Amino acid sequence: MSITINVNGNKIEAKAGETVLNVLSDHGIKVPTLCHLKNMFPTGSCRMCVVEHKNTDKLITSCSAIVEEGMEILTHSPRVTEARKVIVELLLSNHPDDCLYCVRNGNCELQGLSQELCVTERRIQGRRNKLPIDTSSVSILRDPEKCILCGRCVRVCEEIMGVACIDISKRGSQSIVSTAFDKGLNTSSCVNCGQCIMVCPTGALTEQSHFAEIKEALSDPNKKVVIQYAPAISVSVAEEFGLEAGKDIAGIMNAALRKIGFDYVFDTSFAADLTIMEESSELIKRITENKNLPLITSCCPAWVKYAEEFVPELIPNISSCKSPQQMAGAIIKSYFADKVHIKKEDIYSVSIMPCTAKKFEGQREEMTNKGISDVDAVLTTREFVKFVKLFGINMHEMQGETADSPLGIRTSAGKLFGASGGVAEAAIRTAYHTLTGSELVKFKIPEIRGLKGQKETQLQIGDLKIGVAVVNGLANAKKLLDEIKAGRKDIHFIEIMACPGGCVGGGGQPINLDEQAVKDRIQSLYRIDDTESIKVSHKNPDVIILYNEFLGKPLGKKSHELLHTEYQKRDVII
Amino acid sequence: MNEQTKKILNKYLHADRDSLIPILQEIQESEGWLSESSLTEVGRHLNMPVSKVYGVATFYNQFRFQPQGKFHIQVCRGTACHVLGSATVLQEIQKALKIKVGETTKDGLFSLEIVACIGTCGLAPVININGNFHAGVTTESLSEIIESYKEKINI
Amino acid sequence: MTVMNNSKNFLLAEVLNNTSNGNYSKQIDTELSVLRNENISKPIIFVGAGTCGLGAGADKTLAAIKEYVETNRIDVDIIETGCIGLCSSEPLMDIQIPGRNRVSFEKVTADQVIPILSTVLWHTIIPLKKVLGQFASDQNRAWDGVNFIHEHPFFKPQNRIVLQNCGIRNPISIEEYIAAGGYQNYLKTLRNYSPFDICDKIEQSGLRGRGGGGFPAGRKWKFAAQEQSDQKYLICNADEGDPGAFMDRAVIEGDPHRLIEGMAIAAYGIGATKAYVYIRAEYPLALKRLNIALDQARDYGLLGKNIFDSGVDFEIKIKMGAGAFVCGEETALIHSIEGKRGMPRPRPPFPAKEGLFGKPTIINNVETLANLPTIIEKGEEWFASIGTKKSKGTKVFALSGKVALTGLVEIPMGTTVRQVIFDIAGGIKAGKKFKAVQIGGPSGGCITEQNLDIPIDYDSLLEVGAMMGSGGLVVMDEDTCMVDVAKFFMDFIQRESCGKCIPCREGTRRMLEILEDITHKPNNGSSHHALRRFKGITQIEKLAKVIKETSLCGLGQTAPNPVLSTLKWFRHEYEEHIFERICRAGACTDLRTFTIDVDKCVGCMLCVKKCPTSAIIGAKKTPHFIVQDKCISCGSCEQVCKFDAIVIN
Repeated sequence: MSITINVNGNKIEAKAGETVLNVLSDHGIKVPTLCHLKNMFPTGSCRMCVVEHKNTDKLITSCSAIVEEGMEILTHSPRVTEARKVIVELLLSNHPDDCLYCVRNGNCELQGLSQELCVTERRIQGRRNKLPIDTSSVSILRDPEKCILCGRCVRVCEEIMGVACIDISKRGSQSIVSTAFDKGLNTSSCVNCGQCIMVCPTGALTEQSHFAEIKEALSDPNKKVVIQYAPAISVSVAEEFGLEAGKDIAGIMNAALRKIGFDYVFDTSFAADLTIMEESSELIKRITENKNLPLITSCCPAWVKYAEEFVPELIPNISSCKSPQQMAGAIIKSYFADKVHIKKEDIYSVSIMPCTAKKFEGQREEMTNKGISDVDAVLTTREFVKFVKLFGINMHEMQGETADSPLGIRTSAGKLFGASGGVAEAAIRTAYHTLTGSELVKFKIPEIRGLKGQKETQLQIGDLKIGVAVVNGLANAKKLLDEIKAGRKDIHFIEIMACPGGCVGGGGQPINLDEQAVKDRIQSLYRIDDTESIKVSHKNPDVIILYNEFLGKPLGKKSHELLHTEYQKRDVII
Repeated sequence: MNEQTKKILNKYLHADRDSLIPILQEIQESEGWLSESSLTEVGRHLNMPVSKVYGVATFYNQFRFQPQGKFHIQVCRGTACHVLGSATVLQEIQKALKIKVGETTKDGLFSLEIVACIGTCGLAPVININGNFHAGVTTESLSEIIESYKEKINI
Repeated sequence: MTVMNNSKNFLLAEVLNNTSNGNYSKQIDTELSVLRNENISKPIIFVGAGTCGLGAGADKTLAAIKEYVETNRIDVDIIETGCIGLCSSEPLMDIQIPGRNRVSFEKVTADQVIPILSTVLWHTIIPLKKVLGQFASDQNRAWDGVNFIHEHPFFKPQNRIVLQNCGIRNPISIEEYIAAGGYQNYLKTLRNYSPFDICDKIEQSGLRGRGGGGFPAGRKWKFAAQEQSDQKYLICNADEGDPGAFMDRAVIEGDPHRLIEGMAIAAYGIGATKAYVYIRAEYPLALKRLNIALDQARDYGLLGKNIFDSGVDFEIKIKMGAGAFVCGEETALIHSIEGKRGMPRPRPPFPAKEGLFGKPTIINNVETLANLPTIIEKGEEWFASIGTKKSKGTKVFALSGKVALTGLVEIPMGTTVRQVIFDIAGGIKAGKKFKAVQIGGPSGGCITEQNLDIPIDYDSLLEVGAMMGSGGLVVMDEDTCMVDVAKFFMDFIQRESCGKCIPCREGTRRMLEILEDITHKPNNGSSHHALRRFKGITQIEKLAKVIKETSLCGLGQTAPNPVLSTLKWFRHEYEEHIFERICRAGACTDLRTFTIDVDKCVGCMLCVKKCPTSAIIGAKKTPHFIVQDKCISCGSCEQVCKFDAIVIN
């Protein structure tokens, strides 16, 4: 049903039941918000989105108010803008003054609002709450002084991730976002997914940076610094450099990384193909032995930590395969090191990941070989962008280059890892071939593509009927796993990605992520799959060589040693 | 797990989140405060993240996260008490016991808390020690009151 | 026990199941008057044992009475009642001997018990010294020369509906309550009216919510009554958080059955079968008595399934609040019952549509609900005839502060503030001059001399910048500093702000900081501080406006009121604090100036050593001197000086 409301003197058609904020946004009127999260229930806590409701002569919050026939709204009257300005000034009155040094300088929502509302002086003085920075987590840094208590991180952590390791504690002006007992994040059930960073309007939440170590390694003449980048990266950063949004810039990245000084540049998608070789074999083995089913993917380190904490009883179901990042790291410091005659101690292995949990994964004890880490440092996509700028690289001028061999060639299947459903799809393609000896007629499995939180399909492969489920967002995973625990038997393979949309929506991605950006990136990945000729991991020529020269066969002894691991129950405060 | 806590939790089998505050109140009633381990147990029992339990517990004035003294003094800071000098009463107590609000004396005898309004405004200023009301408190009567509690220990 | 069971059977058979609408035979009437303690066979001693009475020493009085009657082997009944409302006369003891009117004595401390009891019980004489007055009764003979309590200036202007039983009847005797007409209004409701009738009657009566907002109760009920739902809830808000108000406590301690009956009537009107009483944990006695009363009501079948064969189910649960003023706000209260942080959410949806556990829910406060039995009994026209045009009925006020008599009064709407303070409460204590009365607690404002003659009703109070609130009246005299009062409320509200919305969380804190700057001494005389104070006060009104306009809930929307109100009426006091740096009332101790009387100072150096800011200079055995710029007015010099040499201005 359509109704008419009056906005700033103009009549506007609106759908009944819509919020005022949505209607205004659809009509090109931007009302500032701080606590609002799209597709979530409004909390009405920041009051930034107030508009003047002429009918009652009151200020109402547009995020929670529902349109009514005959409603008269003023969105930018002096009364409204002054109220918004005072609210921003109140936040600024006791906010740290270090904007110039803040990691969010330039893309801070509070800074943006203060500019928009013409705040030019500190009219209101307030006493600061002195609060310590929480540096305990290897992935995430929390600075409570910069927190404006919008509550978005708390909601994402609970509603999207189902983790709820943080909540607002205490009350009034003493309120803070804290873990249980206000302890360090490392003692909590935090899975390091970084979705909290993605929604934080200020610099209160950032990643733990490995910037300095990497710079140091680059300037160390005794180190060979190698870098790999995850499948999602090359389709996620173009707009950060003023290039067409969603464009795959892998070639440009290869060139830029070499310019920066990395000795070798690899594509983690190669390791994704390798993962598929191992994981599809594991799937077939488990199905034929009817053991530890369903098999659950282990690529996502946030999910793995979640499992260790919340569903340890399902650890046997998790694939023993290391994630592509760690497989690449392990191969670099073994096969590759031998090949180029460098001591593995002299290799400094860096990765660029759309993820903060990868920082945690990189330093896990399970991910070392004789005391040497597979991966030494992890950069998020955000840090990578800064790195490029720091080294003065003009991406517009880069000529595309290919990644280094032997870990440089990938198939489009490996690239699909960046999107939710991609791992499952790639694994099925190869499993089909292993079981039937032929290739799938159509490679696409549309049922498990897209942004939906939970996707499922049943596939007939030879004699086997295989149920595949794909979930993204750990809260969705919890629902599915509850069904599995309750005895559901028709699912044999589950892909779990913690972040909405998969790695393209990861917690290490550029801030200001919206749903459209995630869709564009996914589209870009599928376009690559549509246009390229090698669509299955088992046809990756370098992977074939790797098995022939070094690993032997999937699930073989060497693989077991380098590419597989196991996990244990983890005791944290839940 | 502490026996007492276990007993309380057993009274709330299959309870939902709406039992959280009553459970916390019972535990505090029996133990005098809420320890980290009891909050963790409560979270586990109600299948609730401990961060949420902590968030709820720290929201309400009633809950304490440190053991309280043998005699728990509540000073009413309601309007009527304020107008009739509760600020001075509070100061005097702090001076006499050498503790601040929220603290417990070293000998564990007294702890001090301020409460919004006890609802006996007609008798202001009022303090409440372990549930016993003392009305119309003055500097002089205060020291008598404190002494009388100290004597209780000696007996 | 048999007596009790006999009474129960009698009351069930002859009263509660009797549909003759109060027309009883003479014999039944007599039995009822026995249960009402009008027709007694042995003396009864009543003690006002509400929390306030106990605080004033009623427990000791009670012990003394028990000891006296035991040692003298006197057969009497001792009944602990709630509070009659005259707190400043506590402890109160009433004596009733067979055939004679009940007499109330005031300030009966333990040592007064024997003289009074022996005179009355042995000599049948009323010692006039401590008499408050006698209760009129048509069944018993009056005492000559003893004033009637309803003629007492404190009680005379009152019209007690909600408080009618408080301090008079035994709060934990359902028999007495029923014998006095109790629960018959609920049964009448079930038997004679449809839920819609009840909502309608209450709307017609003009009863408005007594918790603060003053929304018409019947109209609110209709919103929930219209909703289709498998479950609806009624919540009684007894989380009386407003500092300076205690009528809810008094009603529950003094007449819990009235609340239960009121809740049952309301629940029937809206179609709720479950109800919660959300009561402060700081009210242990109220909690105890309410629990007893609930058990009694269940035992009589007045709560439970299929109540008196009406097909109606109703049950009441108690939830203890855990100390958060903001839980007076409806959605915050609901969150608190649900086991969450008591933070409000945006409305709509209103609780009447989506409330507790997502179901239609009506929240009324204790006083609102306690009015209902009498409205059903006497009719909506009767109720609407009391009060003013838009504010019907009576309102209970909690009188405290610097008045001669403090306590609870229930007056018809429209009574003037002056009548309350000067006629009922006996004017200002110790002959001091009236300055202002703060009404409505942290959401309200103050009324000054020039507005003393406004009638008390919802709208007139709003017109002068105050608010009915829950009915706290705190009286202030010339020794009260209004800046300090404003700071007190701001401090309260910023501590009680839930912290969810920015204007309230940050705004109230900033307002408090500004007031602290005004009332605290600067550490040095730099012009920076003076400028900051000056800027602060120009900001405060702007801040107040935005906080009021944009805050999420009522707490924030009304938070600036005490400051705005004091600024309006006492701007000169603020200016004195800011520019002259003085507090005439002496309440802002930081603004005191300390000097040393050179004639008295012997130069002992004690104060020099004690001064935390080294503001005192002087050599041994020569008079010391205080450097004013350094002095922070902490007063430690005055405390250590053995020669009275420190002079405070």
